[in-house]
Amino acid sequence: MSSSSGFTDGDWHRLHPATPFLRGGLTLFAIVGILVVNLRDILIDNIFGDGRGDDGEPLVLLAESGFAWIALLAVVVLLAALVIGFYLSWRMHTFRITDEVVEVRSGILFRTHRRARLDRIQGINIQRPFLARIFGAAKLEVNVAGQDANVQLAYLGSQASDQLRREILGLASGTQRAEAEAATDAATVAQLPLVASGEVHPVTGIAQQRVSELLAPELDPDLAPPESVVTMNLGRLIGSLVLSGTTVALVLIAVALAVVFARTGEFFFIAPLLPILIGMGGFYFNRFTKSLRYSIAGTADGVRVGFGLFSTSNETLPPGRIHSVQVSQPLLWRPAGWWEIKLNRASTSGAKGAAGQANTTILPVGNLTDVRKVLGLVLPALVDPESIALLERGLTSSGDDGFHNSPPRARVLRWFSWRRNGFSIVPGAVLLRSGFVWRRLVVVPLARAQGSSLTQGPLERRLRLASVSINTVAGPVSASLGAIDAPAANAFFTEVAAATVASASTDTTHRWGAGRQLPPPSLTPYPDGAPA
Amino acid sequence: MTEPLESPSPPAPLVDAPDWPSDTGWRRVSAKYIVVDVVGYIVSGLMMTAVSFVPLVIFHWSLGWIPPVVVGAIALITVLLTPRRVRSIGYQLREDDLLFRRGLAWQRFVAVPYGRMQLVDINRGPLARALGLSELRFVTAAAAATIVVPGLPEAEAEELRDRLVGLAESRRAGL
Repeated sequence: MSSSSGFTDGDWHRLHPATPFLRGGLTLFAIVGILVVNLRDILIDNIFGDGRGDDGEPLVLLAESGFAWIALLAVVVLLAALVIGFYLSWRMHTFRITDEVVEVRSGILFRTHRRARLDRIQGINIQRPFLARIFGAAKLEVNVAGQDANVQLAYLGSQASDQLRREILGLASGTQRAEAEAATDAATVAQLPLVASGEVHPVTGIAQQRVSELLAPELDPDLAPPESVVTMNLGRLIGSLVLSGTTVALVLIAVALAVVFARTGEFFFIAPLLPILIGMGGFYFNRFTKSLRYSIAGTADGVRVGFGLFSTSNETLPPGRIHSVQVSQPLLWRPAGWWEIKLNRASTSGAKGAAGQANTTILPVGNLTDVRKVLGLVLPALVDPESIALLERGLTSSGDDGFHNSPPRARVLRWFSWRRNGFSIVPGAVLLRSGFVWRRLVVVPLARAQGSSLTQGPLERRLRLASVSINTVAGPVSASLGAIDAPAANAFFTEVAAATVASASTDTTHRWGAGRQLPPPSLTPYPDGAPA
Repeated sequence: MTEPLESPSPPAPLVDAPDWPSDTGWRRVSAKYIVVDVVGYIVSGLMMTAVSFVPLVIFHWSLGWIPPVVVGAIALITVLLTPRRVRSIGYQLREDDLLFRRGLAWQRFVAVPYGRMQLVDINRGPLARALGLSELRFVTAAAAATIVVPGLPEAEAEELRDRLVGLAESRRAGL
């Protein structure tokens, strides 16, 4: 059997046959089920009883009223219309993938036709809601830059969707088709033989396959080299939940309740708080089950982030789709040495990340080893050992160790952090270090920077200080730094402006695989380190 | 990844730049734009001042005269400083990027590479149109790196737009 999904031949294809059922047909089946159960009662009564059901049952009343046939006809017509509707919507919902674009046509009366260019892909997400997992189906979402700019293929066969993602990424990377297919063939040698959706199989075979799919590890071990894989540690996950802001709120509520109870001796204050408490319980449960099987891995076509216990989701971010990275440490996590990593990305997928957070949190909690691995994955352009050492030091260090820090006169504005508040420009990226209480390190790959700015307010002018920022696409990470020595800030502004232009002109990540057989391009954006 | 180096190296020397961006070489916006801005600030200042009379006129507070005085003073200063503020707006078409500045008390300099351009807009408000002025918006994927140059004479705005589109085309970069 060929390992190709068969979808990338440039022809129009249909989705998984179970799609209508998974997308809402379930309700229809429930209604039919209720009707059947009720009718069965009447039928049994008719045959074995006195020909009458219980008085007062609506269907019995209907049967006695003489309009039964009309009612039955209406129900049948309605059902038929619905079934035909679902069938037509499935038939009219087609997609095709060519070397350049992915296109989806859908709708019966109101047709939509969406087309996304492959070299603009910001990420491909595969979601498997629990029900869909049972049926061996998956939702594939191709994200491009922009609000709600995604092409959704819901649903496809579970294994076919994994295969399809590999093929789309192969096409998008710019690697020649033959090579891409060779690569995917090689990648799937170790896998089970793929089962294209819709093929006839013995029931036991299908059942066995479903069970093995449900029990399979979140991350296919053949997909990524094990040394690049970061997984969630159970103890750390529980610890991070215990030491979260929600817990702080919970403790505050408990204290407030205890005080109120001690003063008044009344319990009814709890009642309005119940929804909040239930919501918090839901938060813990959700975050726990979703983050439990969390994994980040480096694959040939980018970083793969996967999570989920019942409903699973995993996304592949091709290289060069990460616009800025922030490593931060909430105060409560400092004794444990845990960190959180967030990203800015150009696409905003509708899919939520682990814990229902926006999928910009790539590492919900991790120790220093995890942070190192993840930074290596999300910043592949940062290769020289000195920059990496600087990056790792920048997490906790302060003082004159490779960063240009705020001068002592900045103490007025940065009481504790002035020794740590600084920047460093390394080949291809900018590092911004700040925060004494809430430690934060922001890394912006210059090839993704949209611009840079230099600002100075009246107070900063008096102190001969200034603020700098690197403008990136919108997201949780803001790459800005205040209270910098004004001449240093202007030098930063000048150098970053030049380096941004240089990095952007040598950047080839929109077709990241085009030079795959060649040695990686020089990552130094400007040859002498100091552009004019 | 490697272990951190034993001895932290001192920061790499920064590029030899002046202490602050120079005041020369900027292309300024039309002086007629002062009229547009002044009228705008007078209208909004009057409205704010009118609203600030509410405590005095409706609630008859004894200290109700404070808000109108404060708001009126702020509005007056804003209007009086407008000519200088408009003169502080400037842009430079550098080799590979567009440099923009504005602001007196709060100075802001933005540099955006031409290749990052997503689109260029030209907008005209009613008053600006009467004075033959246009506003040019250079939009990028980052909201903070979007440059708005107000008060350009129509012909200059259109010429600048075509120039920017040409420059962006020749230096096209991805997202």
